[in-house]
Amino acid sequence: MDKIAVKMTVNGNTVEELVEPRMLLIHFLREQLNLTGPHIGCETSHCGACTVDLDGRSVKSCTIFACQADGGDVLTIEGVKGADGGLHPLQEGFMMEHGLQCGFCTPGMITRAHRLLQENPNPSEAEIRAGISGNLCRCTGYQNIVKAVRYAAERMNAQQEAAE
Amino acid sequence: MIPGPFEYYRPGSVDEVIALLGKFGDDGRVIAGGHSLIPMMKLRLAVPEHLIDLRDVGGLNGISEDGDTIVIGAMTTQAEVLASDLLAAKCPIIPEAATLIADPQVRYFGTMGGNVANGDPGNDMPALMQCLDASYVLQGPNGERTVSARDFYEAAYFTRRGDDELLTAIRVPTPADGHGSAYEKLKRKTGDYATAAAAVVLGMAGGTCTAASIALTNVGDTPLYAEAAGAALVGSTLDEAAVGAAVAAAKAITAPASDLHGPAEYRTYVAGVMVRRAIERAHARATG
Repeated sequence: MDKIAVKMTVNGNTVEELVEPRMLLIHFLREQLNLTGPHIGCETSHCGACTVDLDGRSVKSCTIFACQADGGDVLTIEGVKGADGGLHPLQEGFMMEHGLQCGFCTPGMITRAHRLLQENPNPSEAEIRAGISGNLCRCTGYQNIVKAVRYAAERMNAQQEAAE
Repeated sequence: MIPGPFEYYRPGSVDEVIALLGKFGDDGRVIAGGHSLIPMMKLRLAVPEHLIDLRDVGGLNGISEDGDTIVIGAMTTQAEVLASDLLAAKCPIIPEAATLIADPQVRYFGTMGGNVANGDPGNDMPALMQCLDASYVLQGPNGERTVSARDFYEAAYFTRRGDDELLTAIRVPTPADGHGSAYEKLKRKTGDYATAAAAVVLGMAGGTCTAASIALTNVGDTPLYAEAAGAALVGSTLDEAAVGAAVAAAKAITAPASDLHGPAEYRTYVAGVMVRRAIERAHARATG
């Protein structure tokens, strides 16, 4: 099958590439753009390790073709950063609250939590657990991931108040 | 886990979609959210040679009222269903079921049209649409026709949609004011299909059940409209005799497979439990 042209914004940069129509977004990001932050875990849309943001929605990038993201705005873990260019409050939270052990699920957890906090800046523990229910972690037991997201929510809300 | 090769199309109108479907027949498939189709393509259970993306087709999105009918566009996502004030107020069983589908990422992309048109007996919306007596709008080369959800499903992945037809909308008769409803689903974990699930919609007047509709998910080759189970409740006070009769009637029409969800006998048993719980919750929510 002939390759087709796709053009999208990835972490703020415009990219134009030729892809086979059947190329999944995760393979496009990892193999063609060398963005290896999003991980391939199950490749069956269960584990969430490949989660990225597409046009303001979290998506498991193993379950969408790159051509479907044509014209879109993609954010991967490589594009998640704080206002000053340093660690994002979520990244800081995962560090401070020990929200990772092996770290394999962390890029997906953080990009998913990033979208969750955009939609609900002050989520309860139950809302966080529901919000990340599509992301599996085999190390932490989730306790510290929930704490890390709470940490980030509080930090971001404090920054917001200070700005106002 | 790389799907087979295909040609990709992104038409801008329903007419163009239908023309492409007519041209490719069996070899063409439409893709909406793709969260059922792409997993099937990875497993090569679906090997379309021509994939027609609906994302740029206008007029297939949104939830609106048309007289006493709620119209849900085929491309409406589960996340949009969950955010709908109209459904929350007038038909809360639809968002209640949507929260039980897969996980947040999948709900951002998975669509109502895909869920009902795919013909997967594990999908939750088909039985719910049978319970609500919804109908599906199909557009084809000869125009538009409407098929009742209760008549639409023939076997697993086989429906009455023609190869050259596109499901464009779901029409749900607005449930009566004061109705009570519940969707009960047993699943082993987030993202799983139901071991068994039941949708119940009830009307009550002066303590007597005046209307009842029941349908079942994933305990047969198709969603199952449990007509006799609903009839067993009408005219009763939802006493144990009537509820027991409804549960027995619902269980009688199940024919689940023994699989990873459990043995067939267990799944039939669970279907009965789901029906009972859904009746109880729908009863508690009904006014009148």
